[in-house]
Amino acid sequence: MFDPAFLFAGILNGLLAGGIYVLVAVGLTLIYGVLHIINFAHGSLLMLAMYAVFYLWRLIGIDPYAALPVVTAGAFGLGFVLYRLLIGRYSHGRDENILLITLGLSIVIDNVALLFFGGDTQTIDVPYAGTFVEIGAAFLPLPKIISFGASLVICAALGVYMARSDMGKAIRAVAKERQGARLVGIDVENVFAVSYGIGIACLGAAACLLMPTYYVTPSSGHAFVLVAFTIVVLGGMGSFAGAAVGGFLIGITESLGGLFLGEQLGQIGISLIFILILLLKPTGLFGSKA
Amino acid sequence: MNRPLLLCGMGLTAAIAYPLLVPNYLVTIGMLVFFTAFIGQSWNIAGGFAGQTSFGHVVFFGTGAYTSTILQVTYGWNPWLAWPIAMAAGGAVGWVIAVLSFRAGLRGSYFALITLAFAEVFRILANSVPFTKGGLGMLIKADPRPINFQFKDPIWVYYLALLLCIVSLLIAWQLTRSRFGARLVAIRENEDAARALGIDVFAEKVKVLTLSGAMCAAGGTFYAQKYLYIDPGIAFGVDKSVEMLLVSMVGGAGTIFGPLIGSFTLMGINEVTRWLASVVPALKNVQPLSLVVYGIMLILIVARLPDGLMSLFRRRPRHA
Repeated sequence: MFDPAFLFAGILNGLLAGGIYVLVAVGLTLIYGVLHIINFAHGSLLMLAMYAVFYLWRLIGIDPYAALPVVTAGAFGLGFVLYRLLIGRYSHGRDENILLITLGLSIVIDNVALLFFGGDTQTIDVPYAGTFVEIGAAFLPLPKIISFGASLVICAALGVYMARSDMGKAIRAVAKERQGARLVGIDVENVFAVSYGIGIACLGAAACLLMPTYYVTPSSGHAFVLVAFTIVVLGGMGSFAGAAVGGFLIGITESLGGLFLGEQLGQIGISLIFILILLLKPTGLFGSKA
Repeated sequence: MNRPLLLCGMGLTAAIAYPLLVPNYLVTIGMLVFFTAFIGQSWNIAGGFAGQTSFGHVVFFGTGAYTSTILQVTYGWNPWLAWPIAMAAGGAVGWVIAVLSFRAGLRGSYFALITLAFAEVFRILANSVPFTKGGLGMLIKADPRPINFQFKDPIWVYYLALLLCIVSLLIAWQLTRSRFGARLVAIRENEDAARALGIDVFAEKVKVLTLSGAMCAAGGTFYAQKYLYIDPGIAFGVDKSVEMLLVSMVGGAGTIFGPLIGSFTLMGINEVTRWLASVVPALKNVQPLSLVVYGIMLILIVARLPDGLMSLFRRRPRHA
């Protein structure tokens, strides 16, 4: 049981899963950092994107990885429109209000998905799913490694975009000081909509990277939402570095939890970390303020 | 002063006469309306009156359901005697969650999320530990005698649910006219100002969550006795949490009759979609459709009608 090779394989698997969690969490933390809202519909929107990837493959035969540009762009568009029509109008005032609105949104999305897609578990059979790569004593599925690499590349690209582009600078300015940003002529509402769009675009990309090895059901959103919140809270709400570190830590926690505590009890680690961080250090590892 | 009293009397008379006049399945629907209004009221006391929005209220419901069921099935207790113990357990869980969360200064969305995580921890534990029989769930042996908290005739379950609902309404009514309730509203409206006025914010919030937890646990036991079966997904799943929150929000959070109005509305939507499904074959999946409507209603209520459907009945604005 405590064979080091076993442990090594568990940690590697956790890192690979964590790589994709990072992408999901970066989207959530970006939305929180800029808009100061908690997007409870995050998991449901990810589930929706996963179905988009699934149906692109099922109906037109597009490989999940090849679908990445389309789904990411579509997710951005959806996020942008959602912000303009719904989120933006009600994201001010009591912070529970927007939480309740995004909860309502997730209820609608989950059940529309159940109505149209049915409750069955759907998977994509990619030809390379059975290919394994040997690293040390661990055999790792090739798609997980591809997804891991792609996720890191996308996160890095987003980091460069935030650092260099005009829009990236505007987003960071709004996140820091929205009143000041407005005074120097930044269209703050537009920045909000773009930020929400980028946050959801991250989910589109994550969906493409998840589908070769994961499955999707209308309740998949539930499975991801607490994981994503845990990562973001662990790393510190609004912190990109925190989302990255948190993603890997949670991936490893989940993998080792499953290994040592079994499938059922193994999931408890994530919820416990979430509770403990909120109780003991609500600013997380990298957060500046609560 | 007389008009509301008259309306309440008429409502009560109608509620008592109703099951004598309709077929059994409508009696059960009526029972569900009052039961849901009851657990919704338990949410409303903490989430509505005191403004402590919870996403994981099911943790109390499940604690109550499992406590009485374990006492009964494993230790041979009479369920009526197990009922107060279940309520005490729910209250204790509420007390612990409140002390931990409020000591850490969690508010608003953070409190909502941590209650969700607590419910998730309980669900996973109930799935894994031996004394809950894990994912198999627990069956209560059917022996329909009143002494066993089981009834042959659904009418008695209906009257019991009605009684619970009336008790919860009285508790909420008491809150609107007591100093405790006034302090809770002050905390909801502005916690810092309430503290500045000398209110012990922490103690009041702990008190209200303990009360709410005990009430919700009473609902859990009732549910277990009605269906004679619970499993971790029913007892600690997110669906019931959302249901309690929905009926209160839709009906009117922080109002006496909000959860009851919300429960009526949601059950009505449920029945309409069920009817639609039987008429339009394309809509044969009922449950998702009614939940879609609930979700849209929640969004509309929060956005446009923050005091819920109750505010439609009110003549004068609440904040005069």
